[in-house]
Amino acid sequence: MSTEQPKRAVVTGVGVIAPNGLSADTYWKSVQEGIGVLDRITREGCEHLPLKVAGEVRSFDASTLIEDRFLVQTDRFSHYAMAAASLALDDAGLGRDAPEDPFSVGVVTAAGSGGGEFGQRELQKLWGQGSKFVGPYQSIAWFYAASTGQISIRSGFKGPCGVVASDEAGGLDALAHAARAVRRGTGAVVVGAAEAPLAPYSMVCQLGYPELSTVEEPDRAYRPFTAGASGFVPAEGGAVLVVEDEDRARDRGTAVRAVVAGHGATFTGASRWAESREGLARAIRVALDEAGCAPEEIDVVFADALGVPEADRAEALALADALGAHAARVPVTAPKTGIGRAYCGAPVLDVAAAVLAMEHGLVPPTPNVFDVCHDIDLVVSRARPADLRTALVLSRGLMGSNAALVVRRGDETAR
Amino acid sequence: MNRRVAVTGIGVVAPGGTGTAAFWNLLSEGRTATRGITLFDPAGLRSRIAAECDFDPLAHGLDPELSLHADRYIQFAAVAAGEAVRDSGLDTAAEDPWRVGVSLGSAVGGTTRLEHDYVLVSAGGQRWDVDHRAADPKLHLAFSPSTLASFVAERFGARGPVQTVSTGCTSGLDAVGYAFHTIQEGRADVCIAGASDSPISPITMACFDAIKATSPDNDDPEHASKPFDDRRNGFVMGEGAAVLVLEEYEHARARGAHVYCEIGGYATFGNAYHMTGLTGEGLEMSRAIDSTLDQARLDPTRIDYVNAHGSGTRQNDRHETAAVKRSLGAHAYDTPMSSIKSMVGHSLGAIGAIEVAACVLALQHQVVPPTANYEVPDPECDLDYVPRTARPRKLRNVLSVGSGFGGFQSAVLLTEPAGRTR
Repeated sequence: MSTEQPKRAVVTGVGVIAPNGLSADTYWKSVQEGIGVLDRITREGCEHLPLKVAGEVRSFDASTLIEDRFLVQTDRFSHYAMAAASLALDDAGLGRDAPEDPFSVGVVTAAGSGGGEFGQRELQKLWGQGSKFVGPYQSIAWFYAASTGQISIRSGFKGPCGVVASDEAGGLDALAHAARAVRRGTGAVVVGAAEAPLAPYSMVCQLGYPELSTVEEPDRAYRPFTAGASGFVPAEGGAVLVVEDEDRARDRGTAVRAVVAGHGATFTGASRWAESREGLARAIRVALDEAGCAPEEIDVVFADALGVPEADRAEALALADALGAHAARVPVTAPKTGIGRAYCGAPVLDVAAAVLAMEHGLVPPTPNVFDVCHDIDLVVSRARPADLRTALVLSRGLMGSNAALVVRRGDETAR
Repeated sequence: MNRRVAVTGIGVVAPGGTGTAAFWNLLSEGRTATRGITLFDPAGLRSRIAAECDFDPLAHGLDPELSLHADRYIQFAAVAAGEAVRDSGLDTAAEDPWRVGVSLGSAVGGTTRLEHDYVLVSAGGQRWDVDHRAADPKLHLAFSPSTLASFVAERFGARGPVQTVSTGCTSGLDAVGYAFHTIQEGRADVCIAGASDSPISPITMACFDAIKATSPDNDDPEHASKPFDDRRNGFVMGEGAAVLVLEEYEHARARGAHVYCEIGGYATFGNAYHMTGLTGEGLEMSRAIDSTLDQARLDPTRIDYVNAHGSGTRQNDRHETAAVKRSLGAHAYDTPMSSIKSMVGHSLGAIGAIEVAACVLALQHQVVPPTANYEVPDPECDLDYVPRTARPRKLRNVLSVGSGFGGFQSAVLLTEPAGRTR
């Protein structure tokens, strides 16, 4: 065994493209004020579908952040990811140019749905006009690896590059994957997830999810932990972080925003929500163990908050199982009720919110949720000031994955 | 914590026959399974050939419900995983389920099903505002490839880390690599690892047509996949799956399992160059190879065989030849390097796992599979590509390398099980 201190993976940059904000600052402003932006879907060709409400990214002009040559060959999901990556790199002070050692920076994204809108356009050309009308970029725009590849190429990052095409929980798995790459010696990893599932055919594909909310009033469509819980509302967008070797970050004088301290992942089967109690509790214990963190050290929980009664109950019970008596005291929040669930992007947005919450000493509220019917201290209505040193972020996927991530504040020095 | 990782089971569904035995027969006999496309009418396409699996799900123990509803790539994975688990002798019911993980790759996941239903809901590509009523109610299972790992985990009772990996054409190598890390770093003791793809559909064929990446040798499909040959003119699409059972070495030993080999190292880098283009230098792939050698503390001269990506595109085969020379130096000329894509085609995300399976079998049989159809040397590809005929050889350490759209460059190193005479 080496006596050398293990490397710590820290967050040095945060970039967000979300329905409630096109930067980390505007996202945080909306999140801490509890502003809900769920609304009727406005995308062309979706009007007649039985899914009416979602979290749309609006007023986003990709060309302000991404060069035309990249825009033409990519789907909206990659536009969001590339834009969020740019913002995260700026925030980390790494800039967008190739690093001195290109192999020192890698890229990892999670993706659940790929370039659906681009793909639908090309399918329409193929089946409506013929195979010769399919464009040269279909082969690189639709597939799940598009965002990682383009971020790597655009900035000249040759370090370990990866794509976790998992469930929602894959967003946390991607962060853990990046943190492990850093602990194995990579200087920094640009990591996150962004999704764009609001094109007509992509929406048709989601209609079969039994957990999908079809409530048509935006303020009532996604209300986890309440008696009115009726499923989840999809969203687009996501977040990208720069996860970096702590020593490297300190050497270049960059602020350490947070520490990626521990991760756990389990599987308990698609839509078997009662069983997710055990899976989630186990993931939490594994994450706490890796972080060397006692349950009582958790100062805030960012819940998965699926909005399905059985799943909400399982999550509340999992917290009690894993955190013991502390579960009744720790504040729990789910800012995603204000924007919907951006699949793999959702838990990365939560991690971004957790980093910002710790920095601001504020637990953000859970929009649209009142009258909590589970035994947790869910923060509703307005943000709650608190000294937050350690956050626990939870995520579950519709295909059965459970994940937990422990994030510590940047100035926490405990190893 | 760096634990050793053993390969204890193999399962393959590949063109030319289902099962590991049929797969190895094809490779060791140097036969090709490429032919005119039968899965759909390819009229109008530039490349109308592929390596297809003659696959009957019912004959391989999948229940009728699954045979009817699950996507083809998921059926492949289920059958390959079943064979791998049986082969490993692992009693999955007796394992701690929380210590069993799944890591499966797929480049395009449920695209074939997505395209099928797209045609129904769009009145044959006539409308943007698609009609949901015509779609299969289970279409959501094709929407995200996470269905792949989820389905296999469910089938074998895995409750540990379950991941679907989608790094394009290196998905299979990377899925094995992620599983290797998962066991090496202690997050699971057993991992069902591999990849599956069934991309032979109009949209996928058409998108590679559009960039002329696939071979147009429609009149001679058996000889169309010609890696490293100067006449090569693109890859031939394939399909299939391979799954390995990876296991912490002591865990395998304790239950008396047969250990095929160990995973000696894994690495992946991006070329940060172009989504589909490759440099002539092979620097990033070489770096991946070097990293695996470092991890195993192995001198480059100890490599006995390189299983090439060898897709048969002009640029790939030169790129990769340069990469291997860069890493192995003069030893590259003494090291056989072959491409099984000459026989089973290029099944996108699946092929990396199928190639790792081929390497495990090469180690087991001490035979190097050939590059079929290799006749005319390309002056820029001047290594020993094992033309047409399999070759017996003492094999201890074997490399499998791959490149993918997006710039991914990956390498997996397999080493003979420790304890054997070196």
